[in-house]
Amino acid sequence: MKSMNNKLVALVLASGLVAPLAWAAGGQPWHNIGRDATPDEVAAWDIDVRPDFKGLPAGSGTVARGAEVWEAQCALCHGVFGESNEVFAPIVGGTTAKDIETGRVANLLPAKQWPQRSTMMKLSTVSTLWDYINRAMPWNAPKSLSVDEVYAVTAYILNLAEVVPEDFTLSNQNIADVQKRLPNRNGMVAYEPLWDVNGKGDVQTVACMKDCVKEVKLVSVLPEHARDAHGNLAKQNRLIGPVRGADTTKPPPATLMVASAAATQVTMPSKKASADIKVLLSSQSCTACHGMKQKLVGPGFSQIADKYQGRSDAVAYLSAKIKAGGSGVWGAVPMPAQTQLSDADAKAMAEWIAAGAK
Amino acid sequence: MSSPIDQPIGRVLPAPEGHINADQLEQARKARRGFMGKALAMGAGAVAAGRAVAAPKGEDAILKLPTHTKGLGKPVAALGYGVPSQWEGNLQRRESPGLTRVSQASVSFCPLQGLFGIITPNGLHFERHHQGWWDIDPSQHRLMVNGLVKRQRVFTMDDLMRLPSVSRIHFIECGANSGPEWGNVALPTVQYTHGMISCAEFTGVLLSTLLEMCGIDKKKGKYILAEGADGSSMTRTIDIDRAMDDVIVAWGMNGEMLRPENGYPLRLVVPGVQGVSWVKYLRRIEVGDQRYGTKDETLHYVDLMPDGVHRQYTSIQECKSVITTPSGGQTLLDKGYYNISGLAWSGRGSIKRVDVSVDGGRNWRTARLETPVLSKAMTRFNIDWVWDGKPVVIESRAIDSTGYVQPTLNALRAVRGTRSIYHNNAIKSWRIGANGEVTNVQVNG
Repeated sequence: MKSMNNKLVALVLASGLVAPLAWAAGGQPWHNIGRDATPDEVAAWDIDVRPDFKGLPAGSGTVARGAEVWEAQCALCHGVFGESNEVFAPIVGGTTAKDIETGRVANLLPAKQWPQRSTMMKLSTVSTLWDYINRAMPWNAPKSLSVDEVYAVTAYILNLAEVVPEDFTLSNQNIADVQKRLPNRNGMVAYEPLWDVNGKGDVQTVACMKDCVKEVKLVSVLPEHARDAHGNLAKQNRLIGPVRGADTTKPPPATLMVASAAATQVTMPSKKASADIKVLLSSQSCTACHGMKQKLVGPGFSQIADKYQGRSDAVAYLSAKIKAGGSGVWGAVPMPAQTQLSDADAKAMAEWIAAGAK
Repeated sequence: MSSPIDQPIGRVLPAPEGHINADQLEQARKARRGFMGKALAMGAGAVAAGRAVAAPKGEDAILKLPTHTKGLGKPVAALGYGVPSQWEGNLQRRESPGLTRVSQASVSFCPLQGLFGIITPNGLHFERHHQGWWDIDPSQHRLMVNGLVKRQRVFTMDDLMRLPSVSRIHFIECGANSGPEWGNVALPTVQYTHGMISCAEFTGVLLSTLLEMCGIDKKKGKYILAEGADGSSMTRTIDIDRAMDDVIVAWGMNGEMLRPENGYPLRLVVPGVQGVSWVKYLRRIEVGDQRYGTKDETLHYVDLMPDGVHRQYTSIQECKSVITTPSGGQTLLDKGYYNISGLAWSGRGSIKRVDVSVDGGRNWRTARLETPVLSKAMTRFNIDWVWDGKPVVIESRAIDSTGYVQPTLNALRAVRGTRSIYHNNAIKSWRIGANGEVTNVQVNG
């Protein structure tokens, strides 16, 4: 509204008026749209915890209690010791007692060639860990942990990383002391040039126009084995126009004529019923635990298809199983009952699996 | 008319290898621009494929009037909400195999290789979810403004949509777009190398309007926190200068409401800033005096430098461009004229110039910018080129209104190493082989 105010100021000056503007503070005609938030409403939503611990509720939790919560609700995806399994990147690992002293994680240096950065290798503010567990975990039931449980899980992770001892109780009273032991507390810098829209970036070059490179050399190319890794590119491009997608199910054509002829013979993809099933599987959160092929928390859909291949009552059996859940067939981790699922959707899923899950 | 689904479409060219022999191919090629060449090629192919032979007087496509020219078409409103042509099914948002392990915390890439102009169709807008997406009942959605304000306020969608609104075209790019390109070449097409970007006209109320209504404490308020209503309740810190300038609390997207995958009914639009800050399902804005150190600005979206330090709060998407036609995974159908076309954008302003090289970065020519050229929006560029059939490497290089020049990958690596994942705005190289296939490469320039 700057320009409006400017115009008004000009008008006021021109007309010689000196009275305060009617719509300065609180005077815009839309000023009272909306309503005041109640204290309870603000408390219900204002859950963020800042690095200076503003917003951190009082409470406490032991490492031992954290281990219980962890094994029941976190280990599925993050592994019993935070080392992760197939589903998520590791929470702990890669930090040392020396890092706790220095506040810098040595394994972040390129020469160390540490394979994967864990959460604890990056974490510079312990508030971040507390806040995120509190707002977004567990993965499939966020905001279901009590305040003390969040302290306990945080304590458990810090213990796995040897930041706190096994008999430790983390609380709002001592969390600032824990901050002083974080392995990467000194390893983060707020980089202003890429924060400020008017800043100047760290990589400045000039726009050369002629003879900029003596000899152009290819230094990296797509490996031959990756040609079809993203599916057939012929089916990911428009079927008219100056170019086509390359048929990556076959080796590169020898000549332009052959490539051109092959590329223009690609047919329209037929509509697949399975596309809808995949939407259904995703919308019902099946894919949170089941991969298309590989095992995540539960078996992959193709693995289930293989197991029940040829069984005459497969559709009926799988429909019932999808709704009821259970454990034992694929391991000890239970699949929760899917009471929200309609019979028709359960049957559609079962039919798709029985037909090979493709 | 029989179902067209299984029929090849498009321009008339020889059938594939095996359907006609090399001599016929060569003959067709020599006579390529002559009518007889086409008739021969087409005739040979058609016989082999068992379809109607082209009459020597011309093409069936012209001489034999098709059903749609001789029949009655479909009525109005046959589709209450229109959908793309059945022939356009190849252009889809796609996941990159192996990139993420759980599709609720994943990304689907926008098919830039097939898009025109600067506006991304809503159904093809890239997706990034941190804990799955929802289709939220807008009548129950609320936005709260709290923190360093005189009045902590709650707004319904009815309230927000009554307020003075703006409609502006902006790009949204994920901070991790082109991330895999820091290392060696691993991705085949522009969809996967650059497809975490889209551009739309967003409609909403300026955040500054809301903050003024709530009586923001302009002395103490240095930052805002934006928070989503989904399971992850995504949070991000935004600078107060940005918040009071061009940030929009948006409900509209290309003339309709936001799509659920893009935050229906309310999302933040933070022009020039990486997509993770454009919080979807926006439920709360807090004004504060310190940065918040949220998960997505402490553990992710931080750039690892060669000295082992992570850079935090690297939010601005610097100037970048990419050629979308021809691009990786495509095949040129012939030698001769091509319109090289691509996209350029900058988080710090508008695009001033785009140069294109067809010799791997040795020499450059300035491309035409198509209008509109808008601040913090995608800009389309085009340039004429005649391909002589020899292998070449093509590249584009954008310069923005601040004078900043899009760097080469090696210039970026010299400062930032290869492990920072985020904020790769390097010049992109595509190689066109003698066989017409375009592939992803990196060069020494």
